[in-house]
Amino acid sequence: MLTILFDGIAYGMLLFILACGLTITLGLMNFINLAHGAFAMAGGYITVVMMNRYGISFYWCLPAAFLLTAAIGAILERTLYRWLYQASHLDQVLFSVGIVFMSVAAADYFMGGQQQLINLPPELSGRMEILGVGIGRYRLFTIVVCAVLVVLLQLILSRTRFGSRLRAAVDDRRVAMGLGINVSFVFALTFAFGSGLAGLGGAMGAEILGLDPNFPLKFMIYFLIVVSVGGTSTISGPFLAAMLLGIADVAGKYYVPAIGPFVIYALMIVMLIIRPSGLFARGAGR
Amino acid sequence: MMRGMLLGAASLVMALAGTLPAAAQEVVKIGLILPMTGPFASTGRQVSAGAKTFMEMKGDTVAGKKVELIIRDDAGVADQTRRIAQELVVNESVQVLAGGGLTPLAMAVAPVATQAKVPMVVTSAGTAAITKASEFITRTSGTLPQYSLPVGTWAAQNGIKKVVTLVSDYGPGLDAEKWFTKEFTSKGGEVSEAVRVPLQNPDFAPFLQRVRDAKPDAVFVFLPSGVGSLFMKQFADRGLAEAGIKLIATGDVTDDDILNSMGKPALGTITGHFYATAHDSPENKAYVEAFEKANNGMRPNFMSVGGYDSMALIYAALEKTKGDASGPGFMEAVKGLSWTSPRGPVSIDPETRDIIQNIYMREVKEVDGELHNVEFETFAALKDPEKAEAK
Repeated sequence: MLTILFDGIAYGMLLFILACGLTITLGLMNFINLAHGAFAMAGGYITVVMMNRYGISFYWCLPAAFLLTAAIGAILERTLYRWLYQASHLDQVLFSVGIVFMSVAAADYFMGGQQQLINLPPELSGRMEILGVGIGRYRLFTIVVCAVLVVLLQLILSRTRFGSRLRAAVDDRRVAMGLGINVSFVFALTFAFGSGLAGLGGAMGAEILGLDPNFPLKFMIYFLIVVSVGGTSTISGPFLAAMLLGIADVAGKYYVPAIGPFVIYALMIVMLIIRPSGLFARGAGR
Repeated sequence: MMRGMLLGAASLVMALAGTLPAAAQEVVKIGLILPMTGPFASTGRQVSAGAKTFMEMKGDTVAGKKVELIIRDDAGVADQTRRIAQELVVNESVQVLAGGGLTPLAMAVAPVATQAKVPMVVTSAGTAAITKASEFITRTSGTLPQYSLPVGTWAAQNGIKKVVTLVSDYGPGLDAEKWFTKEFTSKGGEVSEAVRVPLQNPDFAPFLQRVRDAKPDAVFVFLPSGVGSLFMKQFADRGLAEAGIKLIATGDVTDDDILNSMGKPALGTITGHFYATAHDSPENKAYVEAFEKANNGMRPNFMSVGGYDSMALIYAALEKTKGDASGPGFMEAVKGLSWTSPRGPVSIDPETRDIIQNIYMREVKEVDGELHNVEFETFAALKDPEKAEAK
């Protein structure tokens, strides 16, 4: 019972890292970026290449996946995305879906269509018993990393100067510019940061979720569920949503395997009926 | 409607062409339709490499005809497979179709084969019912019942009493579950639970926990190869092996192509299948050598040998018909054919047009620093039990 709860939390945490970047671009920058999964996949492949081809330790791969994906995100933002900030949501969706398909084909071309596997350092594999509860070491590691990230993100957004600039830029772009905030720089940095988080999620998820060229398509639905149930205006909303979905998914598959896969969708529908704009909606702000 | 008429017309033209000696072709075209891109690209890669290896080893002429292999990509989408098959038959006047990377893809070609009277050699798909879909279908891979059943026999004979099955929730998975369970329980074993995993399943944690809590002696698994490797890692991580639960599976899970990258957790897994790269025979040695040389060291897996043998079958049938590739005659020649494949002796069942072959029980072991499926027991000349039972 507790093991299931633990697995659910780990799964939810993973979903959260993967999806929270999307919360940032979608909620704060008001940009519908369906290509989010492509950045996650990039992070995963960076890890696979570094570990399997160059034998670099897994611990170095995680920050590398974050930084490199963030760099890719920054380049794409400067060259492509920024032209679409003012475009309609439909244009943004079409554009980012195009990116998804290109990334799928590119990954297939360069890395092949097979599942990529990584071998974790021994201290992260296997499981241990704590007070009679079986705990997977890697899942524990995931939980710790994600918990730290959640706290950091919340602090950055609510306590730092950058956070307040970002919120100002989102709320009213023109006034923010008038106040001397370099809005396009703030957006570029935020976008890169969100992409980097996706990359980190992809790197950490390679072990549990697997990694193949269809990753962005396979997980797009999960990201969108997390973001739509959680709402896009806070970090804690998607976090709770991810937790809830992770636990419900794992528990559903354990207790009622016959209908297990449907549990999270049912949950999503119920949540959206009760709170159409997410768990912690900011109200009709825009 | 229009499509049907077109096809009808095409088959008429083909039939006419067959009767006119003046139109006798010096080239036999083989259309190999495979998923070369998309999630099942590794299947396409292996099968096409296997077929090409055969042609490199045996040359491209048979019975005085030149063999031309046309490879097309269906990306794993069934309606594309069907469209490509029609195009190949009508426009390219292909005389033999091959491929069928997945069950639905093979099924999509069946009506084309029937209507145009073009033989279709299934190289990969493993659902038993495929050969029933058309008179013109034969197969060089294997069927899931065929290689799930011996795993049940082996388990019952080796002190395993209680098993939980875990399969992917689609055609082949259900086939595997059914035939393993049937054989195992008829030999006195108990299947305490049958877990079915959705095909698109990101995380095995809840299913594995369920298996663990049921405390069986072993878990029987069928999953398509890529997913299988993920499963393997999580199986080890969850400590099922330490809890005394053995992993027995069909060979798809320990696919030779990716076995090496699974690492230590795969060691000791018992599987039943029709081909292992490590199979010990002179034919296989020659095959593996030629294959690895032509493909940059890639290991041939069971998919590749399906491709290789599809060409072996076509060559042998053409020998028998003296180069005549027209449907009915070709299929007549296919029935009862036998040859020595890299996997061992194989033949085509004259009644069902399905393959009869040895199924080997293997254990994953380290050989010269690499992981291999090492065979230790042989179930000789097995037919597909599903069709054998239906009779």
